[in-house]
Parts: sequence; C-alpha cells; structure tokens
Amino acid sequence: MARIIVVTSGKGGVGKTTTSAAIAMGLAKKGHKTAVIDFDVGLRNLDLVMGCERRVVYDLVNVINGEAALNQALIRDKRCNQLYILPASQTRDKEALTIEGVGKVLEELAKEFKYVVCDSPAGIEKGATLAMYFADDAFVVTNPEVSSVRDSDRMLGILASKSKRAENNEEPIKEYLLLTRYSPDRVKLGEMLSVEDVQEILSLHLLGVIPESKSVLNASNSGIPVILDEKSDAGQAYDDVVARYLGEDRPHRFIDEEKKGLFGKLFRSK
Amino acid sequence: MSLLDYFRTTKPSSASIAKERLQILVAHERSSKTQPSYLPQLQKELLEVIRKYVNVEQDAISVNFEQDDDQEILELNIVLPDEHDKVS
Repeated sequence: MARIIVVTSGKGGVGKTTTSAAIAMGLAKKGHKTAVIDFDVGLRNLDLVMGCERRVVYDLVNVINGEAALNQALIRDKRCNQLYILPASQTRDKEALTIEGVGKVLEELAKEFKYVVCDSPAGIEKGATLAMYFADDAFVVTNPEVSSVRDSDRMLGILASKSKRAENNEEPIKEYLLLTRYSPDRVKLGEMLSVEDVQEILSLHLLGVIPESKSVLNASNSGIPVILDEKSDAGQAYDDVVARYLGEDRPHRFIDEEKKGLFGKLFRSK
Repeated sequence: MSLLDYFRTTKPSSASIAKERLQILVAHERSSKTQPSYLPQLQKELLEVIRKYVNVEQDAISVNFEQDDDQEILELNIVLPDEHDKVS
C-alpha cells in the first residue's frame, strides 16, 4: 500500500514545488517507486522544475476525465527509473478536479507505487484541499517569515478537519515541518525567526531545515531537482529530510552560521 | 548591566517582535476556530433586543466562548451606558 504525502503551505512561493521535486527524487533514488503529482491545475510548474516539460502529452485532468489512461499520462524520469511524474493541466481550471476523480487516480497509483507525492497549489481552494484530502503524511513547507507561519498554521487546521482521515475518524494525518529559505546569519542578527521560534509557534515535528541557497535557483534553471546537486547545502539538506522521513536518525545541519575563514570574511560570496 | 545591554533591551530585534505578534495571532485564530458558528448571529440578535430598552453602542456587547476539558462557558458581557443616555 502506498503512502500518500502532500506538500503544502498555504502561502505561495515558499518552496512547495522545489520540495516536491526534491523529496520525490530522493525517495526514488533510495529505491522506492515514487510518483509525483502536480495539483496546480492551470499553473503547472512541476514539469519545468523536474525538467520534463517537453515530454508532457497527457495530464491529471485528462486521466480524471477518462481521455487518457494513467500509464499514458505518467512521465518516467530519465535520471531515475523509479520516479514518475503526473503533470497538471495547463489549460483547464481547478474546477476540473473532482474528489471522486482524484480518489480514483490515487487509488490506481497506490497499487503500483510505494510513495505518491502531491504537490499542492498555493491557497486554500479546490486544488489545495484535494491535494491534501487523501494524504497520510503532510510536509508543511514554511519560511521563517510572519505571513508564511500564519498560513501554515491555517493549513494545519484544515489538515486536521477537512481530510479523509479526519472525516472517517481515522488516525490523523502525520504533519511535519520543513523550514525553507533559512538564513542562519540573519537569525543570529535577530532579523529572522529561528527554527525554535517557528517550532514553538506551530508545535510541529521538524523534518528539516533547508538553507537559503543559490543552488535552488541554479537547479530549477536547468530542470534538475536540487537534491541531485549533492555538493550543495540545499541538496544535502533535502537528502537529510528524505532519510529522516524514512526513519534514519540524522542530526540537523545548516541551522548555525557557517564559520567563515579569513578568505570567507574578505570575499563574502553569499 | 553595561551600557550596551541597556540599548539592547530597549530595542528588541525584529525577529522577536515577529514571534510575539505571531504567538498572539495564532492563539487568537485557533480559539476562534473552535467557536460555535452561531456566535456572531447570537451577538447581533442580542444587541437588537437590548437596544429596544437601552441605547447601547455596537461594541457594548462581547460574547466569549471558552472550552475546557469538561465544560463549555458562554460568557456575555454588556456595558450599559450612563443614566442620561437611556431611551426615554
């Protein structure tokens, strides 16, 4: 039976798609057959971040409407044969998604895949609520910034009340905090909320901290999930996140300011 | 306490301001989520009834709902105006 993960945040631009691409690739690289679905109907972007935008033929809405079979719409990743991408429709709007339709697609995916990662759109409308409705686990992507933290708290309320698990009185969705775009040096200066601050406000289990990093933009520029950039701090941080999610005990990194040597002090590159 | 510490305590960092604002906001939003949905309507109707007899302001009534483990408390607070403000 597959585990369904929703990557959510409420607020836009905090790193949901970057995170979805990274963790899906990470899980697949560890040998787990993984599918990643773009729920942002009308504004699809996961294909671009994954680097498969020119291979999109059919999409999620086509499958829901019975215009294409699931196997026709799934795009196999060229770098990892355990990973498949189900893109969103670019031309339709979110009303094209139905709870029955999404449920059927996920049920079919669950037979074949170990993990299904749902990349939620921003907001709390249909695409976002459907992306989380069937979830077993939720990765709440949050920036250390007031509006993002507030929206994350709002999403926690929705996760707890408007999911299939909540409606059926089952065990609630497991919620994890993923703090992204973190700048340890700004935290030290008192200019940014710290990991502890955000954890205290949201009281969530911390899955990982992704530092603000040039490698994220570099990766999306070239359509490569940042986790494949093994030399980068963000890539390593996502690798830790995947390992922790799978039960490995890894200490948190990139939370403290990196010590700069004389060279670093003279030539501040960050 | 050095002079430097004095300046530090008088000027809190923007991060600590953010934290404080968020804690208040989040606590407020969480408590309002558990309130019964009829509260605003109740408040409106109560105001109408009271206004038949006493000329009170819109914000003279506050309705609070609190939930403990074993009991629910509906708290109603009406501020009456001074004697000469009364209707006829």
